[in-house]
Amino acid sequence: MKQYLSPVAAKLPPSGIRKFFDLVSTMKNVISLGVGEPDFITPWTVRESGIFSLEQGQTMYTSNSGIFELREALTRNMSKNFGVEYNPHDEVLVTVGASEAVDLVMRALVGPGDAVLIPDPSYVSYAPCATLAGAEVHYIPTRAEEGFRLRVEDLEQAYTPNAKLLVLSYPNNPTGAIMTREDYLPIAKFVSEHDLIVLSDEIYSDLTYDGTHTAFASLPLMKNRTLHVSGFSKSYAMTGWRVGYVAGHSDLIQALTRIHQYTMLCAPITAQVAALEALRSAEQSMRDMVGTYDRRRRMMVHGFRKMGLSCFEPLGAFYVFPDISATGLTSEEFAEQLLREENVAVVPGTAFGPSGEGHIRCSYAYSTEQIQEALNRMERFVQKRL
Amino acid sequence: MLTNEDRKLLELISTDYRLSTDELSIQTGLSKEYVEERIKQWEEEKIIVQYNPLINWERTGEPIVTALIDVKVLPQRGYGFDKVAKRLQKFPEIKAVYLMSGGYDLSILIEGKTMQEVALFVAEKLAPLEHIQSTATHFILRRYKQDGVELLGEEEAPERLVISP
Repeated sequence: MKQYLSPVAAKLPPSGIRKFFDLVSTMKNVISLGVGEPDFITPWTVRESGIFSLEQGQTMYTSNSGIFELREALTRNMSKNFGVEYNPHDEVLVTVGASEAVDLVMRALVGPGDAVLIPDPSYVSYAPCATLAGAEVHYIPTRAEEGFRLRVEDLEQAYTPNAKLLVLSYPNNPTGAIMTREDYLPIAKFVSEHDLIVLSDEIYSDLTYDGTHTAFASLPLMKNRTLHVSGFSKSYAMTGWRVGYVAGHSDLIQALTRIHQYTMLCAPITAQVAALEALRSAEQSMRDMVGTYDRRRRMMVHGFRKMGLSCFEPLGAFYVFPDISATGLTSEEFAEQLLREENVAVVPGTAFGPSGEGHIRCSYAYSTEQIQEALNRMERFVQKRL
Repeated sequence: MLTNEDRKLLELISTDYRLSTDELSIQTGLSKEYVEERIKQWEEEKIIVQYNPLINWERTGEPIVTALIDVKVLPQRGYGFDKVAKRLQKFPEIKAVYLMSGGYDLSILIEGKTMQEVALFVAEKLAPLEHIQSTATHFILRRYKQDGVELLGEEEAPERLVISP
């Protein structure tokens, strides 16, 4: 029946993650460091408020833009944490996860003839969403020597006159890299000079381990040019609830809202109610989770360096992206052989783009016992090949 | 007042005191020497009082009974609560003594092998003490949660997708 698919749908490749997922699912007793979601359960106060809202019969549609109190709470949060002011009436849209926000931005801003600039390696969804919108994708390589930060020289190289949208995603999945204000300034200047719009996916903004997070929208002249995308999945362990948001200039947000109103109508009401509760009462739980991630992060970086692999220190998200090239294996070979020999699953860096070659992504959203066991097995594996 | 780093270190020790100084140093980013020095200082200052695991004795099948006793004390001039508490804490059966606000003065936790043993202890050793006006004994029938840990029927470990983006 495949002949009935649209050309775009037919040509869309399965993600590199999917391929590996299928392989790992066939095996038993695997320690998998391959997840992209917290190992915590949503804090009880948040779950309880969702449950209570259902008991109270809150099961209807909400406003397309999302519950107003939630939008208000989000704008207060962004003001407090990033120093950026948004109007909850028309500059914020609550979406079905940050994923929907990314898709909306692509569909509202780019189309055939436009190019989207995406740092490489990066999260698996940006390029496919651009392709689905009909745009072409230009990758901007990032390097371990630079802590996988985006450099304006590379941005200049990748830029073409039809480039309309730049995707930024810091703290970064898969590298764990962050960008400081100083790192961002030349990028902001370039964006301004070349009349670009920026999709800044900052979903890991609460998961930073060295100083505060800089929101791209807080840079000079960047607020109107930035669509700030974020969510609750990583900070509050709410991946399955499907609730996120995007904030930006009202002209752009209204366009996103128009698409959203036809395709989704609104984000799930239970998730919105729970998200509001998270902002009101779960900050300490969130800080506790981040404290735990921080300890595990140090453990993992120490572990990789100890076994002789080069590993830059990630300062955000919950991933470590060590360099495995010293073993002489490619990322895919490393991941497959490690899985078969030691029953440890990691994600090959190439699943996130060509610049991921020579690296693997390891998540530390696991207990310290599992992390230690995985490191022990990996050390055995690596020692044989150094 | 603890610094942020000290607080994180102390909290880490309180969740798992079996972590070696190496592991504590790696996970906190503090030097091994600093960690050892702090622990020694805290032990000397009795901030770290003891290293005890939380043992759920009921699960061993061994008979164990715990009671919380509300004690009303007749405070006398010059005697006060502290002296009574100090007297009580000398009994090895008494595991905890707390001075309380509200309807009674001291809360005492006693462990024994049987309810009768505990009740007899209260009647013969505790209640007759000078300055003890009255006691009310409550037996713990079931522990659901202790020291922040749920003891019965844990929440199911969440099933995550093995690999996710």
